[in-house]
Amino acid sequence: MGDHTAKLILDVKNLVVRYETEDGIVHAINGIDLQLGYRETLGLVGETGAGKTTAALAMLRLVPDPPGVVECERLTIDGRDILNMPSAKMDDVRGKDISMVFQDPMTALNPVFTVGEQIAESLQIHEHLDKRDAMKRAREMLELVGIPGSRAGDYPHEFSGGMKQRVVIAIALACNPKLLIADEPTTALDVTIQAQVLELMTTLKEKYDTSMIMITHDLGIVAEVCDVVAVMYAGHIVEQGTLEDVFNRTKHPYTEGLFNSLPNIYNRTAMLKPIKGLMSDPTDPPPGCPFEPRCEYALAECKTRNPDLVPAGPTHKVACLAYEQEGFHIKRRI
Amino acid sequence: MAEAILQVRNLKKYFKTNSGMLHAVDDISFDVREGKTLGIVGESGCGKSTAGRTILRLLEHTSGQVIFDGVDITKLSGNKLRKVRKDMQIIFQDPFSSLDPKKTISQTISEPIRVNRILTDKKQVEERVLELMKTVGLAERLINSYPHELDGGRRQRIGIARALAVLPKLIVCDEPVSALDVSIQAQILNLLKELQNKMNLTYIFITHDLSVVNHFSDDIAVMYLGSIVEKAPAEELFNNPLHPYTRALLSAIPVPDLRHKRERISLKGEVVSPINLPDECRFANRCFECEARCRRGIPPLLEVSPDHFVACVHHTPPEAAGRAAGEALA
Repeated sequence: MGDHTAKLILDVKNLVVRYETEDGIVHAINGIDLQLGYRETLGLVGETGAGKTTAALAMLRLVPDPPGVVECERLTIDGRDILNMPSAKMDDVRGKDISMVFQDPMTALNPVFTVGEQIAESLQIHEHLDKRDAMKRAREMLELVGIPGSRAGDYPHEFSGGMKQRVVIAIALACNPKLLIADEPTTALDVTIQAQVLELMTTLKEKYDTSMIMITHDLGIVAEVCDVVAVMYAGHIVEQGTLEDVFNRTKHPYTEGLFNSLPNIYNRTAMLKPIKGLMSDPTDPPPGCPFEPRCEYALAECKTRNPDLVPAGPTHKVACLAYEQEGFHIKRRI
Repeated sequence: MAEAILQVRNLKKYFKTNSGMLHAVDDISFDVREGKTLGIVGESGCGKSTAGRTILRLLEHTSGQVIFDGVDITKLSGNKLRKVRKDMQIIFQDPFSSLDPKKTISQTISEPIRVNRILTDKKQVEERVLELMKTVGLAERLINSYPHELDGGRRQRIGIARALAVLPKLIVCDEPVSALDVSIQAQILNLLKELQNKMNLTYIFITHDLSVVNHFSDDIAVMYLGSIVEKAPAEELFNNPLHPYTRALLSAIPVPDLRHKRERISLKGEVVSPINLPDECRFANRCFECEARCRRGIPPLLEVSPDHFVACVHHTPPEAAGRAAGEALA
């Protein structure tokens, strides 16, 4: 392992995931690289079917096999080789070094155990606490996420959606993980509750020096909590950079399309400019650039050649052939 | 200003539960102008969907009036009600569960045409279905497809075509884009806007998404626990929100723009249960400006400036304030 991995909590090189089903091969992820520094928050943005959740599952080695097939050149988390780790060892890593918060708090919790037991479970397994100490810590964790410790004996159905998501966060953070993967953690919540939960997550992340991957389709959330951003489309990363790179110096036509699809808060009557068409069928991806069929800047070459993710600035990368033309730029201006 | 096509007066919808009366919609009144859009915003459980359904009489109201085109439809029955129903349609949130999986697109869209006997000739019905599909941007080749073969955006287009099939005047859009990806969401919003301009449709647009409602509506009503707490033209509501809940709600929207800086108002706690509510301001428990007088009765929705209504003791209309001052002097 090279020295460079020492500075990275996460280092993924050339990750490919496909699902081999009877109806054909679904190309979910087509060779992505991701690197994340300690204490950074990465926003993984894209629409349904972009491969965001599959990427997260692959990092935890949770892609169901069969039908899933994962290929990867390098996958390290906190300098440890996750790719070649024996399955039994992985159980020690999941929930301890890496935790995940899922989208739907209603289904992420077990309905027949109290929330206290569910928080205590990971403490008993990973921290080898006995049941009493684990329950004590569980109550402390509940307090930490803003729920009275006295409610540790309650069952999930006795909590509201926002409270359940706080419980899920308490479980994820119980063993003080180095990397927290949050998969659309607030999509199922109301805006005022979403604001509370996001605030809680950022505060706790600062307090415990956790690195975070925030998977979301909401660019507003990215603007609020992330340091770096990767935009995914059809299993590819099409644009990557710091928050300022992607929001203020947008390069990729798809990223531009995402911004144009959102109502503008400064000009409320401006017509929305949606991206035309639909994402291509992942069992039959176009031979060239995956975004070519929907792209308003597409060149003849885009039909046949898939662009690489190339530098567009010191921290900024874009995968678009149009930039090979002298002086090309997209219409979006900040 | 356009005429009000729909006037809702003191509408209430209560549900009996084992633990008491659930006040889903608690005395709401508003007008919707013809050819315009009224946005109703609020969080889950605030009663916005129940309000929409009660207005259409998909749910029977507890009390109040719904005056559509000059007629109180809460008193209609039989044939007369059926006639009015044709003028009022709904588009549902979830394009996955609101379509019959066993019906083709053609069957789904033609059903209301046949049921309401708008057209009876088979050939004419088919022509009309094709015309509607074209209007909402569905390709002709999909006419015999089933819902499961289509993506969310296309399914929502079927829902819209079905609503348009009876040539309605008013459409209640209940979270029509919440289940869709942003790029598809924009396509559907643009389609709805275009149809409104072309056919002079009136919309009640129910949503929890404030940036969408701002973009889409002429007037906005904010609901909290069954009541309207603030109502104003969209521009005014966003530029000059008065009710503490509206202000908190607006400050909570994540804005995808790095230039956007604002004070976030964090609300304590969560919405309380709408069962057996105490006789005080509905928002008092979470309000950051709550005082003793907020606990004395429910503040009425009053006009504080032209067309801007607020239900909050901190915002009394000028004449009421003047009166109070006059009384104090006397």
